[in-house]
Amino acid sequence: MSHHIVEVIHLQHIYPDGTIAIRDVSFRITHGESVAIIGANGAGKSTLLQHLNGCLEATSGQVRIGDTLLSKGTLPDIRRTVGMVFQNPDDQLFMPTVFDDVAFGPLNLGLVGTEVEKRVMDALIQVGAAHLRAKPPYHLSGGEKKRVAIATVLAMTPDILVLDEPVSGLDPFARRQIMTILQEFNHTKIFTTHDLNMVLELCQRTIILHEGEIMADGPTGDIFQNDVLLAACHLEKPFALQLCPACTGAAGAIKP
Amino acid sequence: MISINTAVIDLKRLELMAGGNSPIHALDARAKVLVTFVFIVAVVSYGRYELARLIPFCIFPAVIIALADLPALFLARKIALICPFIAMIGFFNPVFDQTELFRLGHVVITGGWISLVSLIIRSLLTVGAAFILIGTTGFAALCQALERLGIPQLFTVQLLFLYRYIFVLADETCRASRARELRSCDKKGLGVVSFSSLVGHLLLRTWQQAVRIHSAMLARGFVGQFHARRQSRFGVAEFCFVLGWSSLFMTLRLFDISGMIGKMVTGIFP
Repeated sequence: MSHHIVEVIHLQHIYPDGTIAIRDVSFRITHGESVAIIGANGAGKSTLLQHLNGCLEATSGQVRIGDTLLSKGTLPDIRRTVGMVFQNPDDQLFMPTVFDDVAFGPLNLGLVGTEVEKRVMDALIQVGAAHLRAKPPYHLSGGEKKRVAIATVLAMTPDILVLDEPVSGLDPFARRQIMTILQEFNHTKIFTTHDLNMVLELCQRTIILHEGEIMADGPTGDIFQNDVLLAACHLEKPFALQLCPACTGAAGAIKP
Repeated sequence: MISINTAVIDLKRLELMAGGNSPIHALDARAKVLVTFVFIVAVVSYGRYELARLIPFCIFPAVIIALADLPALFLARKIALICPFIAMIGFFNPVFDQTELFRLGHVVITGGWISLVSLIIRSLLTVGAAFILIGTTGFAALCQALERLGIPQLFTVQLLFLYRYIFVLADETCRASRARELRSCDKKGLGVVSFSSLVGHLLLRTWQQAVRIHSAMLARGFVGQFHARRQSRFGVAEFCFVLGWSSLFMTLRLFDISGMIGKMVTGIFP
């Protein structure tokens, strides 16, 4: 099961315009862990995620997936192991129908015929989108697109699931659907988000990024109790951990 | 921007038609590519004054549309859209070519008019055949067929990316143009200055999105090859399809079937 381990060692990424997005980041995520990477806008979350399957090349440092060091030669294997769901589902969905889109990955893995159909249908059923299989992706709602984007990755049966803001812009029902899908994925999962309530529900471990550096890495409960740390990183304690506004009298301020 | 949006939706609809289950859809894409190629070569090989002999070629699109259950009206409307462009190309034919070919009563029909009509018919037939090919095959399968027919993969993948880029560019153009229009307050905005900036931004934004899409494709194991979902082989049905249609096109090309029918009809009813 060692291929379920993600290890980032002294990673640094500098964009061509000189912006330092990631400075000397190191962590190790083991099998079955559910880890949230949180931080303010521009903290480097998306940049960091894109290094985990080689979409971006590190300026310095290393990424290891299991025993394999990420390099040009190992990219195909790494991409088979690490399933990546992008922030904007429109970037991910490009085939004429949902079925074709979900089949894109399995076909690239060399699967054919009924095996592809089975993989596609299993993934679509898993995300509750089997009824959408004949639809063109551009006719779907935001929540449906997100679910289908997740299915496109699940169809490749990855060992590690990486998601960039999986619930951003979704209504509460669609958000809950995505959270249920993530809860059902038993292998390693890593995601970035601004939804700290979701982090509280889904992740035992949280990493806070601030200006390209890790400010905290530890149990989610402990991190969310540290008000000073959260404020320094431009974050807020999740509502679930804040005191009830009605009990504290703060509710009066929001009454009409 | 509505027209760009509509054109993109139409293109997407054409691509969706390729998911059909008719006997024509089930054929190997190579067979359809070959037949379409022979059809186009046969149609464009006629002389510029040829008119009557082109008419029997309508049988090909008519039969394929019927067998593949394609929406004939939708296709006709899309094909008709190219008429103004063809008319523009052949606009000066009637002006420069004043050769008298025949008279209808007192009206002199010159070679220029006949060549213009011939050009329009040939364009409608060939463009129609190309639409039908995409509508029954799909662009990915079409490029895969071209590759299996010996076209280098470098070209087919470029073709596929170009096709994909049309959608990215059109989507971004619609969004950027709408934002500009809404803040122009029914005026021209800042004229050419804002327009040139918009075009520059459009290029950079579509470029960035194209890079993101490519990353998403790489993340799902893309290694420079598109795979068509429909697995097919060149069997007896494909062989008969190619042989049957090619024989018909060659017969129509070599013999004046419409002339023969005309003579037969005028012979029976003098």
